[in-house]
Amino acid sequence: MAKYYWNEYQKTIADDKYFYERSCIRQTFFPGSETAFLRIVREELGKDIYDEMNQHTCTGIGYHTDIVPLETTMTVVARLFSLMKDAGYTNYVPSCVTSFGVFSEVIEIWNRQPETLAKTREYLYKATGREFDIPLNLVHPSDIIYKFRFDLKEKMKYSLVNRFTGKPLQVVEHIGCHYAKIFPEKGVGKAEFPHVLAGMIEAWGGEVVDYPERRHCCGFGFRHYLLQENRGYSIANTKKKFESMEPYEPDFIVANCPGCTMFMDKWQYTIAEMEHKTYDKDGYGIPVLTYEEMAGLLLGYNPWNLGLQLHQVQSEVLLNKIGIPYDPNEKYKGASGQILPKPERPNNLLV
Amino acid sequence: MKRVAIIGAGPAGIEAAAVLANQNMEVLLFEKSLNTLSNLLDKAYLFPDFSLASDRVDKLNKKLLHPNIKLCCDTEIVDIKKDGDEWKVVDSKNTSYLTSAVLLTTGYSVFDAKRKEELGYGIYNGVITSVDLEKMIKYNQIENAMGEPPKRIVFLQCVGSRDEKSGNNYCSKICCVTAVKQAIEVKKLMPDTDVYIFYMDLRMWGQSFEEMYRESQEKYDVSYVRGRISEAASTFDKKIQIKAEDTLVGLPMKMTTDLLVLMVGMEASCGTKALADVLQIKGEYGFAQSLNCHLQDNETTQQGLFIAGSCKRPMGINETLADARSASVVIMDYLNACQENNEL
Repeated sequence: MAKYYWNEYQKTIADDKYFYERSCIRQTFFPGSETAFLRIVREELGKDIYDEMNQHTCTGIGYHTDIVPLETTMTVVARLFSLMKDAGYTNYVPSCVTSFGVFSEVIEIWNRQPETLAKTREYLYKATGREFDIPLNLVHPSDIIYKFRFDLKEKMKYSLVNRFTGKPLQVVEHIGCHYAKIFPEKGVGKAEFPHVLAGMIEAWGGEVVDYPERRHCCGFGFRHYLLQENRGYSIANTKKKFESMEPYEPDFIVANCPGCTMFMDKWQYTIAEMEHKTYDKDGYGIPVLTYEEMAGLLLGYNPWNLGLQLHQVQSEVLLNKIGIPYDPNEKYKGASGQILPKPERPNNLLV
Repeated sequence: MKRVAIIGAGPAGIEAAAVLANQNMEVLLFEKSLNTLSNLLDKAYLFPDFSLASDRVDKLNKKLLHPNIKLCCDTEIVDIKKDGDEWKVVDSKNTSYLTSAVLLTTGYSVFDAKRKEELGYGIYNGVITSVDLEKMIKYNQIENAMGEPPKRIVFLQCVGSRDEKSGNNYCSKICCVTAVKQAIEVKKLMPDTDVYIFYMDLRMWGQSFEEMYRESQEKYDVSYVRGRISEAASTFDKKIQIKAEDTLVGLPMKMTTDLLVLMVGMEASCGTKALADVLQIKGEYGFAQSLNCHLQDNETTQQGLFIAGSCKRPMGINETLADARSASVVIMDYLNACQENNEL
């Protein structure tokens, strides 16, 4: 019955000709995700997406921790939009959910306060001599994957089905707060039952786990983590989510926010070290994927090229369930062919 | 004999029809449903005296046996317009009726709780509305999502009332006392069930309401928590987990319950909205607008067009009946004045 509500609200997602803006942190923590997204859009969907070389921060983390003033954020955002203008695009696609929230907020301010927009134009011009246009369409990459989820399904080699039982995989989806909680109408399905990831999971054969703390914060929360004294709040929030989802025995978690993916992945190691507790039956933890990784795996991309070995919780158990082949010997093989050093093994979390 | 059209055979429509018929008026009473009093039919007991709703339904329906009243059920009125000195009332089958006056008693509909997605109505079986609970009480079948007697029931006030997010800033007036009434009814049927009522503030404005509220605590051990529930979710064992803030204690709280009852507010019915629109008397939130709320509360900007009951604003049954009688008097005054003018 829930599906009806999740599908009720849709938003406009451009069909083609996207200007892509990369995330500050995603390439460190999930190094294959952005490359996979570009490959999916270009090669699988045949769309035009521009990957700008001169891009920079949106100031999101600094903005949300009160380090960067709003006027500066608006000017920096304006510069990013000026790059889009120069490249001849109008559909802006920021990789990071925080960036998506920052852009949505800044555009909303400009729409409500034309004098602020005029000032931002002046600041940008004085500082750089550049001019910008507000994007005609601002969407998150997960929106694009969602929009074309059935087209992608046609090309997929695997589905979200446990090959040993024949049953749909149980998938926890977690939406970044800045995707729809700031402006519900800017998220597919709005804020309470966002459908952007649920739609992918259902289209690709899985089942969404509707657990009590589904909407709860992942634990990042900016100040929860960035101030060292507050990190207890961060891990306490993540622990609350894991305890809530544990009885449903999820096969994996998928998220569309860099912070959520990172914290739900890495805090599993910390909780295992602190309390000797893992939230799966066998002690391996629950894999946490980005939506690009999920799509890439089902499209048959090499798991190690997607960067799954760089996650804290390893994904072999999941790959086995889906039936995705992998070569253990190539897990730590670099792009040059050189075998890279293996990470240390955690004491309690099995890898 | 003067003829009056009344649109809507709820308590207001029936009461006004009876009063006007007794005063030797011919009444055409239109009802779009198959039955009269559709909002009352599923109610078990009425506040504040716990009288049987079915008894009140029977007594109201008996008033319709008057020979001056012609009841037309399954007849939706789609247009009303002035035709010379008379009103032309047109139904969906394009049949026209000429009358000297029109009384709008098109009433209310309950707020669609599905619009408050965060509360899970229509998603989780353990989340029900006050209308659903009333039916359960009537048929003595109060069950949780597993078909078992609930050990705990939580009521949430102001669902779709006093709520900017849903666009209804007004108070629906009857939900506070309805929750108290239903809580007492639940405790009478299942004394061992824990009952909590989450509220913003309790508006016990009517006669005996405050006494009911006190009795619910002293005699029936109903617990009251001042705070809004922010979200409801299903737990692994099919209970409902709620999150709220107890604003008296100043702390967030989490609780599981077998049933979450959403006290849904009143909105202008579709019929009220549509006809108020056609007649250009649409007020705030789609309710019909009276000429002024103190001295001409049954009159409208259109001569010969009157309004009564919860098509104007949320009302309880007592108030609705009194308002219908008031409208009848105003209509009679109007028709008498018209007759005098004609004779002159």
